[in-house]
Amino acid sequence: MTSDPRAYTPYHPRWLRQPVSTYWWLGKWSYFRFIMRESSCMFVAWAVLYLLLLVRAVGRGSQSYDAFLNWSATRWVLTMNVIAFLFVAFHAVTFFEAVPQAMVVHIGRHRVPGYLVKGGHYVAWAAASAVVAWLLAGA
Amino acid sequence: MPDRITLQVARYRPEQDSGVTFDEHEVPCPKDWVVLDGLNHIKDHLDGTLSYRWSCRMGICGSCGMTVNGEPKLTCATFLADYAPGPIRVEPLRNFPVIRDLIVDIGDFMRKLVRVTPWLVRDVDTPVAEGEYRQTPEQLDEYKPFSMCINCMLCYAACPIYGLDPKFIGPAAIALAQRYNLDSRDEGAAQRMAVLSEHEGIWGCTFVGECTKVCPKHVDPAGAIQRYKLTAAVESMKAFFMPRGA
Repeated sequence: MTSDPRAYTPYHPRWLRQPVSTYWWLGKWSYFRFIMRESSCMFVAWAVLYLLLLVRAVGRGSQSYDAFLNWSATRWVLTMNVIAFLFVAFHAVTFFEAVPQAMVVHIGRHRVPGYLVKGGHYVAWAAASAVVAWLLAGA
Repeated sequence: MPDRITLQVARYRPEQDSGVTFDEHEVPCPKDWVVLDGLNHIKDHLDGTLSYRWSCRMGICGSCGMTVNGEPKLTCATFLADYAPGPIRVEPLRNFPVIRDLIVDIGDFMRKLVRVTPWLVRDVDTPVAEGEYRQTPEQLDEYKPFSMCINCMLCYAACPIYGLDPKFIGPAAIALAQRYNLDSRDEGAAQRMAVLSEHEGIWGCTFVGECTKVCPKHVDPAGAIQRYKLTAAVESMKAFFMPRGA
């Protein structure tokens, strides 16, 4: 058997194969939302990179940290971080929405309802955010 | 409610057409008629050359799946009145080669289905005389939702990944593999792992989630795939860290 699935009907050349449009993801809200979720990964990567740059600046001393703060206050970095924040939040929410489908939790013989699994993630998120806020406020 | 509604039916006659054309027919629209009744009316009274598949008319056989106003639907469970005043556009399922009119070829799925060994696999078959394999209600509940699949192919038609990459094993085949993986009587999980863990297996899925939304039997193939991703990841980690004892 050939490994190319498109060639699985070589003796039926008149069967109609309709190609998928390049813009298939604009045809339906759920497809568009999916593409946005996938695209949000780039902003997650940016957030990680920004955090690493912050850690490096802190590690190099106060002069470097001040320079980082000045750079962060420039218009394009500020704009980028606002957009990144929205996409990262969108990424997190859509990820948590998907969790009950991926993670089936049992306690003894009983299955934990999906809304509790999802709720647990939101509680953990809120707790982590509270710790970060406390650290920032304390500083 | 109107007493008639227009159906725009896709036609593809390979002996004369190079692409899809649409025929328009007015059909009666009583409140209990489904799209399949409309197609049967066309076939019986207006145009006997229209070709489509159907059998049970009650959402069991899975053969009357078509694209209705852009959405994959079982036409035996899609009421004409819900689309009033119309028109209703009826097309073949997407992502499959069209043989004629509304009939698609699902041979690709059938070949993939066999690869995931969708049956009970036992290391050693116990003789019937030794009794049945017993299950608790909880064990039954684990796999029962996935056993409801009727192979209607709506999930494949809704999946853009399958449309873009036909090598992807696809939602129904993976859900059916999970149906047996989660069955307490089955011992074939390792055998299925080899197929499901391929790039074209579970990792091909990027969780669009449309397969679950369109499933007429509430099977949740997207959930089955995500659950299996977790299983496969854990198994890979075990194999990496405990190569002898995994």
